[in-house]
Amino acid sequence: MAETSQLIQHIESFVDSSHSPGQQAASLEAIASLLKNDQLTIETLVREMEGYLTTTDNIIRARGILLLGEVLVHLASKPLDDAPIHSLIGFFMDRLADWRALRGALVGCLALMRRKSSGGMVSGNDAKAVAESYLQNLQVQSLGQYERKLCFELLESLLERYPNAVASLGDNLIYGICEAVDGEKDPHCLMLTFHIIEVLSRLFPDPCGPLASFAHDLFEILGCYFPIHFTHPKVEDANVKRDDLAKALMLAFSSTPLFEPFAIPLLLEKLSSSLPSAKVDSLRYLSDCTVKYGVDRMAKHGEAIWSSLKDAVFTSVDSVLSFNPESLEGLDLPENEIAAEALSLLQKLIVQNTKMFLDLIVGDEDIKMIFNMISSYETYHEIPPQSKQRLHAVGRILSTSAKASTLSCNRVFECFFSQLMNILGLSVRNSSGHPSSDEGILISKRCNHGALYLSIELLSACRDLVASSETIPAASAHTEETWKYLLQNFSPSLTMAFCSAFICTSEDTHNADMYFGVKGLLILATFPGGYFLIPKTVFERILVTFVSIVNVDYSNTLLWKLALKALVQIGLFIERYHESEKELSYLGIVVERIVSLASVDDFSMPFTLRVEALLEIGTSGQSYMLKVVQGLEGTIYANLSKVHGSTNSAEIVTQLLKCYSNKVIPWICCAKGLEDVLLHFAINIWNQIENSMVFHATQTKERGVLDVMMKAMKLAVASCSVEKQNIIVQKSYSILSSSTSFPLKELFLQEGFQIAQVVDDSSIRDEWILSLFAAVIIAVHPRTHIPNIRPMLYLFMITLLKGNVAAAQALGSMVNKLGSGGQTSSDCTLEEAMDIILNSSLWIFHNDRSPDIQAKMTVVHDISCTSLQIHAIVGLAWIGKGLLMRGHEKVKDMTMIFLQCLQPSGVADISHQEKSVSENSYELDLHHSVMKSAADAFQILMGDSELCLNRDFHAVIRPLYKQRFFSTMMPLLQSLVMKSEPLSRPFLFRASAHIIMDTPLIVVLSDTKKIIPMLLDGLSALSNDILDKDVIYGLLLVLSGILMDKNGQKAVSDSAHTIVNCLIDLIQYPHMMLVRETAIQCLVAVSGLSHARIYPMRMQVLRAIIKALDDPKRAVRQEAVRCRQAWASIASRSLHS
Amino acid sequence: MVSGLINANPVVYEKKERQVRSIATIPDEYAVEPIDQQEIFDHIRDIKDPEHPYSLEELKVITEDAIEVDNERSYVRVTFTPTVEHCSMATVIGLCLRVKLMRSLPSRYKMDIRVAPGTHATEAAVNKQLNDKERVAAALENPNLLDMVDECLAPSYG
Repeated sequence: MAETSQLIQHIESFVDSSHSPGQQAASLEAIASLLKNDQLTIETLVREMEGYLTTTDNIIRARGILLLGEVLVHLASKPLDDAPIHSLIGFFMDRLADWRALRGALVGCLALMRRKSSGGMVSGNDAKAVAESYLQNLQVQSLGQYERKLCFELLESLLERYPNAVASLGDNLIYGICEAVDGEKDPHCLMLTFHIIEVLSRLFPDPCGPLASFAHDLFEILGCYFPIHFTHPKVEDANVKRDDLAKALMLAFSSTPLFEPFAIPLLLEKLSSSLPSAKVDSLRYLSDCTVKYGVDRMAKHGEAIWSSLKDAVFTSVDSVLSFNPESLEGLDLPENEIAAEALSLLQKLIVQNTKMFLDLIVGDEDIKMIFNMISSYETYHEIPPQSKQRLHAVGRILSTSAKASTLSCNRVFECFFSQLMNILGLSVRNSSGHPSSDEGILISKRCNHGALYLSIELLSACRDLVASSETIPAASAHTEETWKYLLQNFSPSLTMAFCSAFICTSEDTHNADMYFGVKGLLILATFPGGYFLIPKTVFERILVTFVSIVNVDYSNTLLWKLALKALVQIGLFIERYHESEKELSYLGIVVERIVSLASVDDFSMPFTLRVEALLEIGTSGQSYMLKVVQGLEGTIYANLSKVHGSTNSAEIVTQLLKCYSNKVIPWICCAKGLEDVLLHFAINIWNQIENSMVFHATQTKERGVLDVMMKAMKLAVASCSVEKQNIIVQKSYSILSSSTSFPLKELFLQEGFQIAQVVDDSSIRDEWILSLFAAVIIAVHPRTHIPNIRPMLYLFMITLLKGNVAAAQALGSMVNKLGSGGQTSSDCTLEEAMDIILNSSLWIFHNDRSPDIQAKMTVVHDISCTSLQIHAIVGLAWIGKGLLMRGHEKVKDMTMIFLQCLQPSGVADISHQEKSVSENSYELDLHHSVMKSAADAFQILMGDSELCLNRDFHAVIRPLYKQRFFSTMMPLLQSLVMKSEPLSRPFLFRASAHIIMDTPLIVVLSDTKKIIPMLLDGLSALSNDILDKDVIYGLLLVLSGILMDKNGQKAVSDSAHTIVNCLIDLIQYPHMMLVRETAIQCLVAVSGLSHARIYPMRMQVLRAIIKALDDPKRAVRQEAVRCRQAWASIASRSLHS
Repeated sequence: MVSGLINANPVVYEKKERQVRSIATIPDEYAVEPIDQQEIFDHIRDIKDPEHPYSLEELKVITEDAIEVDNERSYVRVTFTPTVEHCSMATVIGLCLRVKLMRSLPSRYKMDIRVAPGTHATEAAVNKQLNDKERVAAALENPNLLDMVDECLAPSYG
């Protein structure tokens, strides 16, 4: 009983129109869930609702029926018996006559119609009865948009789900549908109506059936929508796009051949319209209709279609041909939608009715005229633009026709190809009999460009035809096909013609000559099917021609580029079609010759071009790349031995190595499976280094060689797998220990070792080897095994003290990766390594150790104590970076060393030593450089480096390490600044500036309040020294970032006054334009702060800005004008007061 | 005041392409870039015409060639061409030009704003009015006039 009262309550709340839509929906849900859980049967519900369904109150009855309908929508997947379905559909069917409560009835009918067969469906008879009631009772066009949509949906599901039941209604149904859809305008409803007509046509396919008599009326309704002109203001709202509508209408148009007498004339008429979208649509519709209406019906429109289509192509094709190397393969004309659609229609028509359309094309007067026209102009650029357009149009038409089928290709070749050959003055004689007799003779006169263009179009069309057909011609059985016969006969003489096109060196050589020549040869060379169509001699002749252009004609940029591009295309083609015979020729003629370019000592050809040619050819296929890489490496090794002494070789090696690391290594990494190449490269470089013993003094050129070699080595090693890295490390270690004078053995044995005791006598060669070894260490994976870590550490420590940064970076990488790769057999743990490093480096900064060691160091290395300290600091910074990135706590010890150096006490220690070591009068100056490098150590710590310790080189990176360092260091630095003396203050600021600059802005923003005083003090403290200008700029960028951010603005609001003062000082900053510009931009941003804060500063800012209006730099003046306006308009009308 | 527009249907010309100044590959930090014709033109080209939603450049009231500038002697002369001879807006346009340049150029500059000879009915009077300090100052005291000027200048602070 309680349930019943609850049910009544739910029904009440839905029916009562005073309740909110939310409540109504909730009660609907509740009722539906009761039914779903079988707590309520449909019969009970109907019985309970009887009053609502039958009352004479129109509103309540409408709501009641709607409730029942909506409930049925919710029960779509619940199985129901036939009996209730029958009685429900009967009820809703009746209600269709009740126009006041129509929505509910429609929803109910639709819900029942859409039921799946598994859960009980409406029977065929019932469906027919619904259709009858629909046709009798509904005046669709007089209803509102939503009801209309429901009506159409109902009609659609009747037609789709009960075709047989409704088909029996015959004429009545078609008439009813005509009436219902006539005059519809809503896009959603139109989508449905178009689909309804499409389904309807499928229902009555019989050409003499009931639809035949209505076809005219139905098409009249449809036709007025074409072409779709869609002016809905907000496309997003409608969900229906113009293209959807156009597509739906197209399907309706082509749904039955019965529309043909009406549709085709309409489409042809609209094709002549000047509206581009109408043209495109007409062509698309025609294509679709062609396929669907069939040959017989289309045949009678053939001529009309051809003439309109020809016009469309003639007027839409572009008149400018592009002669870029990029357009060699692909289209040389810009893509035009109309032309493209027209040609695709032409292709369909030709496939459908080859004979008729080819007769039309062959007999066409316009095409004949063009053929006459081309023979009257010799060169391409003489042809007037309009004729050019027509020429291109004919080219496209012929190419499309040839592409359509083998049959059409034969016909086109028969009629046009020989004609073209005649214009070009070519004959068959060259190929038959003794081809060699005429081979050497080039056609002396310039070829007719128009004819060349058309033959290229034809050739490329039949090449595409061959490539697309499954059966590649292999046997001579196909020779009877005309085009093949013609092609075989003419190919040698055509090759001549194309060659002569760019070889004839008349004074007015035009781009067209080269382009047509190269393109023609390229097409001939890329005919699939081995040497069947194009003989081997011809193919090789083409390759030789191109290669000789690449070798010789480098001064002619366009021709050179075209030829190279063509060679690449041929290479790609051979890869794609697995043409093994051609591959042999290609390797022999092209790849070998090009690869030899790398090694030839002839310097007439610019080196960059040679490298470009090498790489381009290499990228066309894997096997070619391997050859190219071989050649490249060969040249590198050959020149490497000569580097010392010949600046030329050094130059070559530098170039090649750069190209290797920038182009080849990335390509190999993408190609997969070529890792061995990199392994061999690295090993071979080591072999070369081992064998070459002659090393002279370090010249700048050679320094460059070392740098690029290190880069290439790093990249090569980093791209290898762990196993291969192990091999490389082993190899390099053995070379390092065997062929250098480094006392590795001693280092290994000595336990209580003192760095300073090592008498250093390493040669330049040793240094090379060590740097290269450092490069390997930098790039390896954490899991890679590094032998004898302990002596390595010592060795690197020694070298870094001499100023070798690579050694420091290698140390940083080692401590970054040590023990983190899961390797257990390591002979040294991270803690031990750190102890070694700290113990052996700290003495530099302590005065209790014996100063004579230092003295010894300085004497041995011939460097001053200060630079020793600087080197130590740089080294420690890289090591610290390694630790910081992995999040190790020892980084604190490092930073403590730096901070000590920054403080007066720390400096006092050092200065004390210095006095005792050398009576240096530049004492203060020396401190400065040490302190400065200690401050810059923070830049190394925080900055991202490309050289080492990044993702590419497998560094261990802990997330948010910068943020963590920032939040621990800043308070410390702040308190140090408080206590500091004037001498060390700028350096403390410099250090903190580096930290602030390299921390992500979002982190700084969260801490703005605390950072701002530090930042501003830094700006004013550092603004005196020109050397600090980059730091100033970096800090200003952070400040402007803060000022641009909403939260940042809130945070700085209190310190607006200080910020403005600081910025006003920087407006006059003399050393860097960007600083002045950014400072003014910051001031503009400040003017957006709260009025009360900034108003007092207004006059002060304006006075300062007026000076900036006379700044030497234009960009600054521009910003100043903007800034002045921004500040002046804070209080309007006061600008001139 | 005349009701309706003075020139109801002005000819609108195309805007000139903004010239991109060639930037030296290695910029010299201390080199001086003097104020030149183009810079002055960039300051005033986007000023809106008082009665049409077009810029002075589009109406060819000002052109780059009509600007004379001598940075050494701190002197600039702008010659503008009203669209019609009897244009009563000429003084307003002149005032806008003067105000914009006053706000954009260093204070050392002396400005001379003129109507192009033979393009305005009361050329001499307009020129006198535009170059009289007292009268310009007085004009800017007038809140309505100043509002009008500010409105015309607004687009030029892009």
